[in-house]
Amino acid sequence: MAERSIDRAALFLLKKAAREGVETAWDRFEKQQPQCGFGQLGICCRNCNMGPCRIDPFGDGPQEGVCGATADTIAARNLLRMIAAGAAAHSDHGRDIITTVYAAACGEAQGYEIKDEEKLRALASEYGISWEGRSKEEVARELARAVMEEFGMVKGSVQFVKRAPEKRRAVWEKAGVLPRGIDREIVESMHRTHMGVDNDYVNLVLHGVRTSLSDGWGGSMVATEFSDVLFGTPQPVRGKSNLGVLKEDQVNIVLHGHEPTLSEMIALAAKDEELLALAREKGATGINVCGMCCTGNELLMRHGIPVAGNFLQQELAVITGAVEAMVVDIQCIMPALTKVAQCYHTKIISTSPKARFADALHIQFEEHNALEIAKKIVRVAVENFPNRKPSLVQIPEEEVEYVAGFSVEAILKALGGSLDPLLDAIKTGKIKGIVGIVGCNNPKHTHDHGHLNLTRELIKNDVLVVETGCAAIACAKAGLLLPEAAAEAGPGLRAVCESLEIPPVLHMGSCVDISRILVVAAAVANALGVDISDLPVAGAAPEWMSEKAVSIGTYVVGSGIFTVLGTVPPILGSKNLVELLTKGAQEVLGAVFAVEEDPFKAAILILDHLTAKRKALGLD
Amino acid sequence: MELKGGAGVKEVFIDISRCVGCKSCEIACAVAHSESRSLFGAIAEKVPPRKRIFVHAVDSSKVPINCRHCEEARCVAVCPTGAMFRDEQSGTILHDPERCLGCGFCEIACPFGVITRLPERKIVAKCDRCPDRQVPACVEACPTNALLYLTPQDAQKVKRQRVVAQFVAS
Repeated sequence: MAERSIDRAALFLLKKAAREGVETAWDRFEKQQPQCGFGQLGICCRNCNMGPCRIDPFGDGPQEGVCGATADTIAARNLLRMIAAGAAAHSDHGRDIITTVYAAACGEAQGYEIKDEEKLRALASEYGISWEGRSKEEVARELARAVMEEFGMVKGSVQFVKRAPEKRRAVWEKAGVLPRGIDREIVESMHRTHMGVDNDYVNLVLHGVRTSLSDGWGGSMVATEFSDVLFGTPQPVRGKSNLGVLKEDQVNIVLHGHEPTLSEMIALAAKDEELLALAREKGATGINVCGMCCTGNELLMRHGIPVAGNFLQQELAVITGAVEAMVVDIQCIMPALTKVAQCYHTKIISTSPKARFADALHIQFEEHNALEIAKKIVRVAVENFPNRKPSLVQIPEEEVEYVAGFSVEAILKALGGSLDPLLDAIKTGKIKGIVGIVGCNNPKHTHDHGHLNLTRELIKNDVLVVETGCAAIACAKAGLLLPEAAAEAGPGLRAVCESLEIPPVLHMGSCVDISRILVVAAAVANALGVDISDLPVAGAAPEWMSEKAVSIGTYVVGSGIFTVLGTVPPILGSKNLVELLTKGAQEVLGAVFAVEEDPFKAAILILDHLTAKRKALGLD
Repeated sequence: MELKGGAGVKEVFIDISRCVGCKSCEIACAVAHSESRSLFGAIAEKVPPRKRIFVHAVDSSKVPINCRHCEEARCVAVCPTGAMFRDEQSGTILHDPERCLGCGFCEIACPFGVITRLPERKIVAKCDRCPDRQVPACVEACPTNALLYLTPQDAQKVKRQRVVAQFVAS
């Protein structure tokens, strides 16, 4: 394999890790080579105990499992289970947020309040809940109950589906993929993939689309909207990124995972005078709270809190030897962290009852006394400061500024209150199109190489890029989230960015915040009176690895947006399934997947797609 | 004539106790004998590549089996065209597809059943011990070290050492 990363801070710490004999994901990836061919092709089935069964990919061995399932059935069932797991992760995150909204509105969540009343009003009216003569808490309680009901369901289809253009809803109705309830589709996915239920790969994929839509226009959108209600809707904010944000003379706390709920309180607790005094007593000059992955994104979107890095940098943060505590909640937290931490003084503190780790310190988060728990966690970190081993401390110097916080509301504000300037720029061709680049890191590719090269190629060609998740952190570290990065954009996009004083790459939040991108796409389509699938837009996940990314990719295609995957999904063992997802879906959904591992070639695929869509709309 | 397995010539040995029956060796073998030499490329090739190693199960035991490259190779003896031949330098039994009639006498003669057909080309094929690789693909792919690439001398030595260790321990 080529270089492990193009991030100098990462390379610096990988060398340190090698010197100190500490293994990272890259080493473990090498030890896993070669990886199982049946797994890579998606043609092993463990869904019943007559198996496990495998299909011979080259045709001279068994072509059916014990039950008679073919490669098509097995690969499609496996794909559906990946979608279901991804949708479950996002949607359960959404459930926790709405539960906290309810508790806050009942006065049972210490430290939480309804911060964005304007958003609460807008959401209440969307749900047909009257505001007249009632307190915001009363309204929030009724709204939260109505949203909670969407998980089990009730009334036809998920509420936020109505945000999609009418033409798109018609597509969904015709295909039979309107999501009927957030949990329901996930449960049905598990039912259908049980032995002897759904065996038709087309029918399985259609339900995969429905399940993913219950995530994108359901669980994820709930997570985004109600995080805004609780913690405020993001507005442009400056901050710093990469491992250089760790401070040698301060207590460093890294908040890693996905939820904003506890981390907001820890950010607050770190300003507590008593704890700051304790930190000084222990020899530190302050308490430095940093984010990592999507917990980091949630914090930087709202507060400009420094972000230490993306997915593949979690172990590297510990390897600096300068992290007193890494506080984790849920999702994308490597179980290896506790083992790496044993080589340093870092305490890995787990906080969710859903996600426990061998050898971690568990301090369980409870919303009714969240601030107390947050203070307890910060205290553990502060008290750990004297345990640092100075000989093992090496913090890379890389520290790059970013501007984040581009919620839909913030984008509208930057445009002067209406979409018109953006629509005009698209119509005149100053902006060729809009592309969402999202997703993880994956040691199968050089870290950040896919994200940065695809982003650069697109902005160079006058494509406005919107990002979330680890892709956005990659661009933050490369300085692409600064208005000054407009200098790297083509002349059309550059002019637009300079006049609006925005970066050419807009950070829209965490991975659940891809729902914000859907809202923008729907708004643009509605303004032009077309379907989302008619727009010059595309999606890309250059370095994806998680099941959540599979759900995301599917709801993005399901929403009518051409999507390019940068790592090969485990479906190639079924030619029919590949054909359906890369060609057949066009007729049903107006969009397809493509797979291209080379970001430069992916850029060409996307630019060609945008050109074709512009032509069909009569632009150019 | 020097026997095969002279100093430094390695062969594929099997440790049956370690085989979990994952068939990774079968896939790796087919891919190593494909046009593209990559899994994702091989899956798309018009003529599917064929494996030359086979994992079989007897009761709860799993056994990978491939060409033993016999000293007195019957497949070579019966081949009417010389397509099947011994490469003295590597100690391997190789097969020249250009000279193969597809008569199948080698399949009859082989006591292990490890000669396979390429139906699309109407000829046979067998293990060539991956001459352009440092380590045969099947050995490299084995996640449990059930397949070992050793000289016969080393393979025997490993066993002797194991037995000796047992003696000492008891």
